[in-house]
Amino acid sequence: MGASDTFPSRALEPQREGSRTPRGERLLDGAAPGTPAAARLERTWTDKPGVFGFLCANGHKTIGLRFIVTALAFFGAAGVMGGLMRHQLATANSHLLGPDFYDQLFTMHGTTMMFLFAVPVMQGIALWLVPLMIGTRNTAFPRMSACAYWLYLFGGLLLFGAFLFNTGPDAGWFAYVPLAGPQHGIGKRADVWNMLITYSEAMGLMVAVDIATTILKLRAPGMTLREMPLFVWASLVTSVMIIFAMPMVMLAANLVQFDRMLGTHFFNPAEGGDPLLWQHLFWFFGHPEVYFIFVPALGFVSAIIPTFARRPMFGHDAIVLSLIATGFLAFGLWVHHMFATNLPDLGKSFFTAMSFSIAIPTALQIFCWIATIAGGRLVLRTPFLFVLGFFFVLLIGGLTGIMLASVPLDLQVHDTYFVVAHLHYVLIGGAVFPLFAAIYYWFPKITGRLLSERLGRWQFWLFFVGVNLTFFPMHVLGLAGMPRRVYTYGPETGWGALSFLSAAGQVINDISMFVFLFNVARSLLKGERAGANPWGAGTLEWSVASPPPAANFLALPVVASREPLWAPAAEVTRVVGLSAEIREGLTTSVIDARPDTRYAYPRPEIWPFVAALAVTVWLIWSVWSVPAFAWGLIPPAIAFIAWYWPDRREAMEEVTWEKAP
Amino acid sequence: MSADVFKPGSVPAVRRGDALDVSGLPSYGFAHRSLMWWGNAGMMTIEGVAFAFMIVIYFYLRSRANAWPDDGRPPDLLFGNLNLAIILASAWPNRRAQRTAVDRDVRTVRRWLYVCSAFGIALCAVRWFEFQHLNVRWDDGAYGSVVWVLLGFHTFNLVTDVADTFVLTAVTYVDPLEGKRFVDIAENCGYWYFVVLSWLPIYAVIYFGARL
Repeated sequence: MGASDTFPSRALEPQREGSRTPRGERLLDGAAPGTPAAARLERTWTDKPGVFGFLCANGHKTIGLRFIVTALAFFGAAGVMGGLMRHQLATANSHLLGPDFYDQLFTMHGTTMMFLFAVPVMQGIALWLVPLMIGTRNTAFPRMSACAYWLYLFGGLLLFGAFLFNTGPDAGWFAYVPLAGPQHGIGKRADVWNMLITYSEAMGLMVAVDIATTILKLRAPGMTLREMPLFVWASLVTSVMIIFAMPMVMLAANLVQFDRMLGTHFFNPAEGGDPLLWQHLFWFFGHPEVYFIFVPALGFVSAIIPTFARRPMFGHDAIVLSLIATGFLAFGLWVHHMFATNLPDLGKSFFTAMSFSIAIPTALQIFCWIATIAGGRLVLRTPFLFVLGFFFVLLIGGLTGIMLASVPLDLQVHDTYFVVAHLHYVLIGGAVFPLFAAIYYWFPKITGRLLSERLGRWQFWLFFVGVNLTFFPMHVLGLAGMPRRVYTYGPETGWGALSFLSAAGQVINDISMFVFLFNVARSLLKGERAGANPWGAGTLEWSVASPPPAANFLALPVVASREPLWAPAAEVTRVVGLSAEIREGLTTSVIDARPDTRYAYPRPEIWPFVAALAVTVWLIWSVWSVPAFAWGLIPPAIAFIAWYWPDRREAMEEVTWEKAP
Repeated sequence: MSADVFKPGSVPAVRRGDALDVSGLPSYGFAHRSLMWWGNAGMMTIEGVAFAFMIVIYFYLRSRANAWPDDGRPPDLLFGNLNLAIILASAWPNRRAQRTAVDRDVRTVRRWLYVCSAFGIALCAVRWFEFQHLNVRWDDGAYGSVVWVLLGFHTFNLVTDVADTFVLTAVTYVDPLEGKRFVDIAENCGYWYFVVLSWLPIYAVIYFGARL
């Protein structure tokens, strides 16, 4: 077959012929739309209707979207808390909020943003996109991700439920001991924080294992590691980082919980423990945590830029290597959060150097992006505007990062608003701007409708101005000595004017978010129909309808290049011979993506939900009762066994499709 | 694209026109060909990281202590050594179970799984006595805390894998038994090696970190 001259190519559309193969009268995938086989494939992959079906669902698009929507709801809630704090600090001697409530507010704000918004939203997007980008029908362990979602939801509801009953954690989002330990963290507030960490990190780890396995084993034939889209690379690097960093904080939070509940002495200096140990444990996780948020965002940017520059990415391999380098270096920086402790000076110098060095892979990526933009024909649409906002805001955050990485400067501004300004520039610039770029970019794929460009531009400019107005004055306030986490200040400090400016910026951010919500609602009701590939992009997710059918692909694609939709049609374009009657997929070899085995995906079932519920009962119970640490494990164990136990009907069906290796 | 890209692991996918027919491929595979192996590897990495950091915490706290153990009484060696001997011996039936699972010989697999379960029960019993002979309580001080939690985490792994072995033994009686269940049995055996191998450094730290 010769090269096709259509653009994007038709390469991945199924052929209009029956796809009966030597497997007899069984219904197989890859049939033309409208045939009984295609209808059966769609039915096989559609989750059951009704409330029960809702609780059983395990399709990656369903679970991914649930993560995204829930995370955005938490983003809104945490944003409101941020707004309350800005409002409180807008004038001197304000007594709108009391100090105790203010402590809970800033802890809840940070905890929610980091653990319930930033990481889950990135993982949710990966769950939604990765199978479509690599050409498969579901993730490797869909029930595990379904269970992770329920754990995440229950954990979040527990945190907010506790907050409503005046038991919100109040020791800051990094919950330093001894403030969060048994002597000073009275009541159940610190326990709630520790529980939330257990929930959110268990969730993060489960999803990370799922995504990493999916990427390594379920890519379409021909999609070698080198041909893999950059967002998929970013998701793989993030997942591996999570697997190595998150056990740390789960362990540490449990040790604090043991100190609080069982009377151990890990952090009690009177009995041989050490409070500084907590800081090491937390930040060994906490610094990579920033990169769990930042690396997927780099992946968004690398997916969006080639589409709007209308050319393949310049320096694809260099970007992959930079992502991996960032993943490694991220583990060597944690002590720069601890420069104000009594560590050896030599150690501090080492961590200063390490902190500087992470600018290298980031800069490399930025140069590749600039080269891609310079070498392409730029189409300026809303997703790309947010990418430009990302460049600007992150750059400022990066520059203050270099300042904070040097010990003397860090000591001077430690625990001041300078740090607050820096971290918001990094996290909003490095994650929230790319996140909005991603939402504008993939919204049409998820919903089938485009967001309004005009409203998108309004939202962008309001957010851009609002963010800078809110957070830039904080640099000056910090240098002027304003400490973070104070609930009020006197007029003699002279911090009032800039704090007021900052509060005004927050109002603009709020307006920008309302514009966004309005844009989404309007688009869902009467947005322009998107079609399969509204941006003319090159990766596989754009080869299917918007929103994608339940089975993703009528026939799994065979891939021969990085941008399959931009490439001329290849000789072999699709996979046939998988079942349309059971949920079947194809595993391929890790490096070269050669077809290896067929794979029967698990079906939707209730047990992941029941297991998450049982784990929730165990965790909450163990906050009040020591024996519950052991006995509370029995219900989850039963749920997990029931989850695993073979279903006879299902087994009968699967056995007929079986073939031994 | 070279034709070589589609060379498979065992049975080839067949090219039909512009399509690749995979209907002849096996529906499951052992070792790293199975997704379960990768999920298992993820689990072991997660737990391995947690174990490694518990050991780091042990030595961090030890570096800050004047006396280690506080009262100079290290854990009794008897039950630790006994556990070491049994757990190393358990690798043999485990290996047999894994091998026969790959052969899909259900009767032999079941027999070896029973042997593995018996070893598991013995290990849990010995572990109970190990806790009794640590010669320290978890709330006596930082030393007691770290020793109890280190041993406790390994016990958690031990108990969960023994429970998994029970469940898989029971599953071998289910009819029809899908081929993928043999993969699960083989992977459960793979996980048992992790329980065995992780015991070596933990044993060394608990019993000799308090002596050397």
